[in-house]
Amino acid sequence: MTPTQRRWVFLAGVAGLVAFYLWGLLGLPGFGNYPGPYGFVINRVAVAQTNATGVVSAVNFDYRGFDTVGEEFILFAAAAGVATVLRRLRGERERPAVDEAADRNVPPTSGAVRMVALLFTGPLVVVGWWLASHAQANPSGGFQGGVILATTFILIYLSGEFLVFKRFSPVDLTDAVEAVGAAGFAAVGVSAVAMGLPYLQDFLPLGTVPGAVSSSGTIALISFFVGLEVAAAFTLIVGELLEQTLLIRQGDG
Amino acid sequence: MTAAVVTPYTVPVGMMDALQITILVLVAAGATAVVLVRDRVRQVVVLSVYGILLAVLFLAFQAPDVTLSELTVGAVALPIVLLLALAKVRKKEE
Amino acid sequence: MQFFPFIVVGWILGIGLYGIVTSRHLIHQIVCLIVVQSSTYVLLLGVGYVTGAVAPYFYDVPVRTPAVDPVVQALALTDVVVEAAVTALLLSFAIQAHKRFGTLDPQELASLKG
Repeated sequence: MTPTQRRWVFLAGVAGLVAFYLWGLLGLPGFGNYPGPYGFVINRVAVAQTNATGVVSAVNFDYRGFDTVGEEFILFAAAAGVATVLRRLRGERERPAVDEAADRNVPPTSGAVRMVALLFTGPLVVVGWWLASHAQANPSGGFQGGVILATTFILIYLSGEFLVFKRFSPVDLTDAVEAVGAAGFAAVGVSAVAMGLPYLQDFLPLGTVPGAVSSSGTIALISFFVGLEVAAAFTLIVGELLEQTLLIRQGDG
Repeated sequence: MTAAVVTPYTVPVGMMDALQITILVLVAAGATAVVLVRDRVRQVVVLSVYGILLAVLFLAFQAPDVTLSELTVGAVALPIVLLLALAKVRKKEE
Repeated sequence: MQFFPFIVVGWILGIGLYGIVTSRHLIHQIVCLIVVQSSTYVLLLGVGYVTGAVAPYFYDVPVRTPAVDPVVQALALTDVVVEAAVTALLLSFAIQAHKRFGTLDPQELASLKG
């Protein structure tokens, strides 16, 4: 099928899709006229029931915690998939991880880039940690904090060499941290079951101040584990891709 | 339930509407630009800008959580992963 | 204004699909897939919006303030991070396809066997 034919078939298909979409659009209640009772009910009762002032995180880790377990394991499986697909195949040779730029004229990283990147590393770790542990008060949570923690390692690579990045995040350690994160989340749910409650029920005692770290039960704990897991997964993915780009070579040349 | 509420942060509804319409038009233009750019590396940079525009749109929809997620992922993590894959593929083509 | 965000969602979806169908490079296809995914985030947040309401965080406003729907925000939030990892998986497939077949053109890849 030639590209022009393909384009015409696509236009015919998308015309049908657009027709159905517009027909469905007319049944919506319009932008801003939210009719459903579920959102209003959750907003009304969430702070009283879970002592968490961040209702989105309460929904994510308490009311709909089971969905979040599923999403986190999608992330886990994707990271494992990247590590599997990018393994060293037959007929490839992994160059030893020593300084490879001896025969190429690579300009060294400028001093300004290096200094700025290293200056940002400490505050980034603090900010990522703070975001991952304060899910119940602010617009933050395990997912965002974890990605920011992962960008710390990327910053280390950008400011220096790949070898420094490898030394700071060895694959075994990152694998172990990711497994701890994923297992911790599942373990919190299972320990609720062991106490006779439904899976992922909030069983830690709720404090008195809404929005403090220790007063929202299992939400802070789950968010911490999710942060660990997301950070480790993203560091693993970037590390694998970096290895592919820099180390693995084809054949014996 | 839909009456305008007065907190220290609210703006008049008309202003919020104008802001949302502007950002929506910009997002539509950004999506078109991402698809139609020819050069591969430039496409990644345009994707990064599109991610920032999306983050502003989510902020205008009163969703700061999703804004933070989209900023960190769409403007930092995704372009890095895409650029690494492009570098690997380009090296073979030379 | 009643339906304008949903029309923009339809436009982004359409242009992303056009990019996927008429693409000559696997990485360009993956970037257009990212664009299609972003249209669903806008749709989710557009459905839950309440005119004149604040974000659903009651740290400094009283609990009875009308706020937007938090459930769709929770969905969109995990969505964004997880689909980045899935995109990385797709990119690793593209890298291995390039290593194996030497080309990244989807129309040529479709006619290869084995």
